[in-house]
Amino acid sequence: MDVLVEAGTKALGLPLDPTWTAAVIFNLRLILQHGARVDEFALPDDAEPAPIYRA
Amino acid sequence: MTTDDPPQSAADIASAVASGRTSAQTTIAAALARIRERDPVLNSFTAVTEERALKRAQALDAARARGAPLGPLAGVPFAVKNLFDVAGLPTLAGSKINRSYPPARRDATLIERLEDAGAVLVGALNMGEYAYDFTGENVHDGPSRNPHDINRMSGGSSGGSGSAVGGALVPIALGSDTNGSIRVPASLCGTFGLKPTYGRLSRARTFPFVASLDHLGPLARTARDLALAYDAMQGFDADDPVCADRPAEPVTPLLQRGADGLRVAVAGGYFKCKSGDVCYAVDRIASALGANRDIELPEAERARSAAFVITATEGASLHLDRLRARAKDYDPAVRDRLLAGALAPASLVVKAQKFRRWYRQQVLDLFKEVDAILAPATPCTAPLVGQQTFMHGDVEMPVRANLGLYTQPISFIGLPVVAVPVPMNPLPIGVQIIAAPWREDVALRLADMLESKGVVGAPLPAV
Repeated sequence: MDVLVEAGTKALGLPLDPTWTAAVIFNLRLILQHGARVDEFALPDDAEPAPIYRA
Repeated sequence: MTTDDPPQSAADIASAVASGRTSAQTTIAAALARIRERDPVLNSFTAVTEERALKRAQALDAARARGAPLGPLAGVPFAVKNLFDVAGLPTLAGSKINRSYPPARRDATLIERLEDAGAVLVGALNMGEYAYDFTGENVHDGPSRNPHDINRMSGGSSGGSGSAVGGALVPIALGSDTNGSIRVPASLCGTFGLKPTYGRLSRARTFPFVASLDHLGPLARTARDLALAYDAMQGFDADDPVCADRPAEPVTPLLQRGADGLRVAVAGGYFKCKSGDVCYAVDRIASALGANRDIELPEAERARSAAFVITATEGASLHLDRLRARAKDYDPAVRDRLLAGALAPASLVVKAQKFRRWYRQQVLDLFKEVDAILAPATPCTAPLVGQQTFMHGDVEMPVRANLGLYTQPISFIGLPVVAVPVPMNPLPIGVQIIAAPWREDVALRLADMLESKGVVGAPLPAV
């Protein structure tokens, strides 16, 4: 996770003070836990995302 | 009216001003005096627009003198969360960074609409930084305080709105609700709060948080005042691409219908209460409405998770440039969550949006069987300022992320909700009355009926 946070912030040009790293990792883990709960739910291939764009 | 008089409703103020029993200038001067006297304790205001308000009140009195119509909110003082544009003020959104932005050139649409109805803006209100908050604490402006115990949280992120209305400084305030930010402070501060259907009220000229989930709405001390404010703000606005192109559907004339013919159920499963205060509040309302049936919103916990992912990532996207330039000027608790959100995989966000559509359909199907669903608004009464965790059943949870655990699965699919205050000793708590999309009338009718029976009501503040 340290590597991901360091590389991710660098790729996006975001600052990362070493004193922030632990809290960013904590929060990223939390997002990924919630994301995993969403990801494990089976949806059909033709499921449409909620927002609809109309040209 | 003096600063010691009991609070007047917006409806009573408007009636008194329209009939000439009092003037708008007297009413607004009294509101400004209350704010001067009590807000140093509550810390709900970040700006008081005294000069503007007195000028506006003078114009209203002049209009009445020449026989011009004043509108349904004549002379009613109101205030707005400081993410609403107020002409002449920078739109802080609770941040340090936005203080360096130029002042807004035009009011937010909802301010314009309330003032068109005769209301008078008296100031801008404290809030959690960039609305990423459920506590009402703000590292730059200090916490807004709970009017029933100043050592306790107001709730967030519309904390100043809850504090100002619960503390009877103003009868109506506006807030925003992305995941619960109107309903949480309404619950903790003992006020009514309306989060309308997603797309119902214009968000034009307000500082956003999560475009997919952002709503605006009023907090008030009575259900009728909530309806009056809501009716004044309805209608299409081309300046907000999410605002639905549908006519205004006034609710105030429908309030007298009460609960007649409405089928009400209590949300079970994920929403089952886990503490005595919460259970008492839900049971009291369910009993008054004859709601003796439980109903389950399928996959509500997963819905909350999906809202969590969308919030973190869309919120981060909004702030990328500011994070690059001024990361050290953020509240660290907000900054670290935004940085984490920027790193979350896009594949999860798209899946969350797909799940959102699936979940919406499941919940809409429930509304074939019922007209309204009851659920707790918060998992506890107001925590102490600075408190880090609370007990949810047997589980210790962080306060900041979890005060909205009952509100997130509802706003996730944009359903209209009225949070109603159950006055308990020593602290009030709210219950959500949830209706089908575009049926704010159902939730407001039930709230008004419960208030008329004395089941719910905004308690007098201790401050």
